[in-house]
Amino acid sequence: MTTPSAPGGRDRAFRRTAATDTAKGRAAIRRITAMCFRYRARAWLALAATVPAVLMQLAIPVILGRAVDRTIAMAETPQMRPLVLIALTLLAVSVLRGLFTLAQNFAAESVGHALAQDLRNQIYAKIQRLPFSFHDRTHSGDLITVGMLDLEGVRMYFSTALVRTLLLSLLIGIGAFMLIRADPIMGLLALSFVPFAAWRSSAMQLTLRRTWLILQEKLGVLSQRMEENLAGIRVVRAFAAEPHEMARFDAASKDALDYSHQRIDVRVRNTSAMSLAFFLSMGLVLLYGGRQVAAGEITVGTLATFLTFMTILQMPVRQLGLMVNAYARASTCGARLFQLLDMPEEIADAPDARPLKVTEGTLTLDNVGFAYHGTDGRRAVSGISLTARRGETIGILGAPGAGKTTLMHLLPRFYDPTEGSITIDGQDLREVTLESVREAVAIVQQDSFLFTTSIENNIAYAAPRAEDRRIRGVAESAQLHDYVLGLPQQYGTVVGERGVSLSGGQRQRLSIARTLMMTPAVLVFDDSTAAIDAGTESRIRAALRDYAKDRVTLIVAHRLASLKDADRILFMEDGRVVEEGTPAELLALGGRYKALHDLQMSPEDAA
Amino acid sequence: MSPTQSTEPRDPHDDGRPRMRAVVGSTRIEEDIFGRVFDGKVVGRIWEFVAPYKPRVWIAVAAVLIFTLSQLTIPLLIRYAIDNGMAPGAPPGLLVRIVGLFGLVIAVNYAAQLVQERVTGRLAEDVLFDIRRRMFGHLQRVSLSFMDKTEVGRLMSRLQGDVNSMQEFLETSVQSVGDIALLVGIVVAMLWLDWQLALLVLMALPILLGVRVLWLARARAAFMAAHEANSRANGALAEAIHGVRAVQSMSRERLNSELYARLVGKTYDAQLRSSALAQIMIPIVDTLTGIAMAVVVVAGGYVVATGRIEVGVMVAFLFYIQRFFDPIRSLTLQYSVMQRAMASGHRLTEVLDVPVDVQDAPEAVDLTPADDGSVEFRGVTFGYDPDQPVLKDVSFSVASGETVALVGPTGSGKSSCMSLIHRFYDVQEGAILVGGKDVRDVTQASLGRHIAMVLQEPYLFTGTVMENIRYASTWASDMDVIEAARAVGAHEFIEAMPQGYDTLLDERGSNLSLGQRQLLSFARALAADARILVLDEATANIDSYTERKIQKALVRLLEGRTGLVIAHRLATIRGADRIVVLQQGEKIEEGNHDALMARQGLYAKLYSLNYASFDDIPAELTEAERKAST
Repeated sequence: MTTPSAPGGRDRAFRRTAATDTAKGRAAIRRITAMCFRYRARAWLALAATVPAVLMQLAIPVILGRAVDRTIAMAETPQMRPLVLIALTLLAVSVLRGLFTLAQNFAAESVGHALAQDLRNQIYAKIQRLPFSFHDRTHSGDLITVGMLDLEGVRMYFSTALVRTLLLSLLIGIGAFMLIRADPIMGLLALSFVPFAAWRSSAMQLTLRRTWLILQEKLGVLSQRMEENLAGIRVVRAFAAEPHEMARFDAASKDALDYSHQRIDVRVRNTSAMSLAFFLSMGLVLLYGGRQVAAGEITVGTLATFLTFMTILQMPVRQLGLMVNAYARASTCGARLFQLLDMPEEIADAPDARPLKVTEGTLTLDNVGFAYHGTDGRRAVSGISLTARRGETIGILGAPGAGKTTLMHLLPRFYDPTEGSITIDGQDLREVTLESVREAVAIVQQDSFLFTTSIENNIAYAAPRAEDRRIRGVAESAQLHDYVLGLPQQYGTVVGERGVSLSGGQRQRLSIARTLMMTPAVLVFDDSTAAIDAGTESRIRAALRDYAKDRVTLIVAHRLASLKDADRILFMEDGRVVEEGTPAELLALGGRYKALHDLQMSPEDAA
Repeated sequence: MSPTQSTEPRDPHDDGRPRMRAVVGSTRIEEDIFGRVFDGKVVGRIWEFVAPYKPRVWIAVAAVLIFTLSQLTIPLLIRYAIDNGMAPGAPPGLLVRIVGLFGLVIAVNYAAQLVQERVTGRLAEDVLFDIRRRMFGHLQRVSLSFMDKTEVGRLMSRLQGDVNSMQEFLETSVQSVGDIALLVGIVVAMLWLDWQLALLVLMALPILLGVRVLWLARARAAFMAAHEANSRANGALAEAIHGVRAVQSMSRERLNSELYARLVGKTYDAQLRSSALAQIMIPIVDTLTGIAMAVVVVAGGYVVATGRIEVGVMVAFLFYIQRFFDPIRSLTLQYSVMQRAMASGHRLTEVLDVPVDVQDAPEAVDLTPADDGSVEFRGVTFGYDPDQPVLKDVSFSVASGETVALVGPTGSGKSSCMSLIHRFYDVQEGAILVGGKDVRDVTQASLGRHIAMVLQEPYLFTGTVMENIRYASTWASDMDVIEAARAVGAHEFIEAMPQGYDTLLDERGSNLSLGQRQLLSFARALAADARILVLDEATANIDSYTERKIQKALVRLLEGRTGLVIAHRLATIRGADRIVVLQQGEKIEEGNHDALMARQGLYAKLYSLNYASFDDIPAELTEAERKAST
């Protein structure tokens, strides 16, 4: 692009890495929670199923203890019946525990998926509606991360944070009550590993999460270096830069590897310490309980209950950190996600907007001025007035940065002018519906983005129900048809990022073709033939002669030959029109247009 | 039929209107995710990378075995404590001694876990980085025709996704050793405690294994479907973000949202199904555990009553049963990891096996600054495919300090000449001499220092302006860099940037205009200070103002060095000392502008058409000329 579309670096509209404050995080958690309970039946089912699932879980150690005591009693009263009864209870409780856990997990995950589905649709719609000024100041990578990673963080909230909180509080609460009631000292010994494991687990997960973000950044540097190297391999080879490139690779690689090693150490230290704490508690229970058993204070069954209970409690307690982490993640991810969803849409329909009615097809600019965001009001264009009638072709010339593209972007309301007004047949563009403006003003942009789909789908982008005949017709006008016929699947050939790659000129021709599918009142070519050779361009212009009769055509170009058909030419400099008139008038004027004309006609003399 | 059509939403009210040609997102052509479970060749290649770490592998395996053994001992100690330490009339102090032993076992367990996880984790990472480095280094040397045909994205997924799944594989392998040991250990311990009871309990094992295998096939299909649906939805989102300007200018917001909602709906269904399948195992495992425990309670109680075993054995059994299903679960999961790793490993070896065509000859010498800047093509025949030569018996020479323009229509072989001087490829016949030496007899590194190159598309790296101009010319001082920028007229705009020479360039220099990027790539070539400059002139239409600056810079760039320019602009061509005209891989004319004009050949014809650039000349004209000349 030769025209700076907007100030890139400063004044970022949206940043993924921007830290969120605690208040925003808390608000996000509240909002996510409220959203989860919109799927009322499932959410309550998940919570309700948790209670019996925990109770069944806790029943198992008790039943096992009974079984042990009953077995010992068999020596005196050899009756199989009670033992069989206990076994059947054990089986039933196990099955029920499985079923309730299934219900709890499935319902909880399904809340997450439903939430993700809704949020995805909202994010998608929002991103499409946010104006150019937002997208100019936002890295596409940041938006993609919100839509993928942050969404994931929010999705996991219900099952990993909320339901797990209930599960753990019930499990530890009721379990502790039961144990302490059975034997206060032994109960405390059995639970003694819980605070330590909970603390280490949470600390570890929070550290891992923080360092994960840093590691991702380091890996990002590495992958950027690799990607740039591979994409620019010709430059690398041309400068025999292999040692230089390997050194860059090694530096980034070592940085990431060292950091990754540190993370492994954090994880290993904590997990082993948690195991040790658990087994230490178990040893204490064994020692104290064994003495009690020997003294006849408690039964072997009670001891077995304590030990089994500990093994059941172990996993959830060790995973407590995951729950803490899920809260932390949901609050930062949620805050960013809602920041995006709540972003104001600066360009939208006015409350009482009606569709634009095109009658005469006259475009009028009245003293139009515009300044980009974050440029301290420095006008990129100012004081532009123009009236163009149906059938007229207007050429726009000027050095890079003169404001040509900026002016063109005001016509389809990609931005709203900060001063003056733009009207079509007397209706201010800001007062009619956005959709009708975009239908009335079509623009072939400098940078032609192609969608990864077939050529026909790309051409028919603005009119998906078009007849084959029409698609072929516009392709012919854009001088694309012959090329398409030479492709393996012709109009069905997939192009775009993952399809057949087209040359710059072919892309621009495809971009022209898809714009021709529209029937606008105003058609803009924004430096959109730069990569097309002069011969092909003049054939395109010839094919469009009839099409141009029914509308206003504006052509931004560098090559004077592109403006052969122009009725009038505006010459811009520093955001203003400095020369205006027919080509002949401007040539006679002997100003900037003439200088450019001379330069292009005999370049060697000027060099 | 394009692959996208089958997934297009069908119109529910097909009223004979033309079908709707609208999709969002694209079908990704997925690579094989799963390979064979075990591919000896792949494992052999991966072992090459592990071999340097052999001692650490043995430490990890030993640690995992000790860890497993200590885990297995714990229920046995509990059993011993119950049956002997707590029994009425047990010798005093026995319980304390047993618990002391317990303490020893858990200390060993702690140490073994620490060692095993640390060594395995680090080992897997080290191997991963080694594989990646070897691949990256290899890609620096493989033939450019391989790089041309292979998308960068594809290579990146080799360097990242596939390498990562090898890491997962290595960690898993050590873990599998532990799981198998645990499973075997539990079985042996139970058989040792009471073989009859053990056999009863072990009957649950084949049942679980069978269920698990049946489940795995179904579940994996569902997981893959969910994964794929998810990445399709993500792909559509990425497309909407990148193409937002096109979407808005053609008012497709509403339709796209509808199409996206359908896609997301499908994702939802697939994810729900995959969740259901993942969760269904829970009640199955719980039921089997329940059955096994019930069996131990009834049969064990009976045997205890008969006095054959003591109650502690029963407690130990109950402990083992609760650990019993863990290794089976993790082993079946590891099966998938193995398959994925084999598929990845296969793709990795494919990259590592791409031949390196151009290598330094064993007795290659360095080109030194003392060697002159001459270039000579001596009867060169070359084709990317040897059967289809793009250059046929081309000979010409460029004296040191001379500027020669290569001209000719698209496809005439100009760019190939440029690649050959730099020995990106080797010729099939003839020879190319630089500084009087055959390029095949000199080192590639010294050749790179002798020749600087400016490509048609300026390519910049992320980094500061300073780093970009200096690039690989590490010997250039900051002053040299600034001098180079000044010489090509880039100094002004660089100084005008927020941090001057320290300004960070965005990806590919997207915060600069095309003309500015071009000037930076000129400055980079100038900073390299080579004897020979090879330049492919840009074809894109730049505005006339920038164009003039670039022409001036070019003159400065060629001062005092040999220049070989693939020229498109008449101004550049006229400024050259000599012009070589190529057509369809053959040299058809050579001489200076005046001489060629006098010859009235192709060059004169092209020139007289008075186009601003040779590339603007319609193909028909050159084609007619070619026919006329033959």
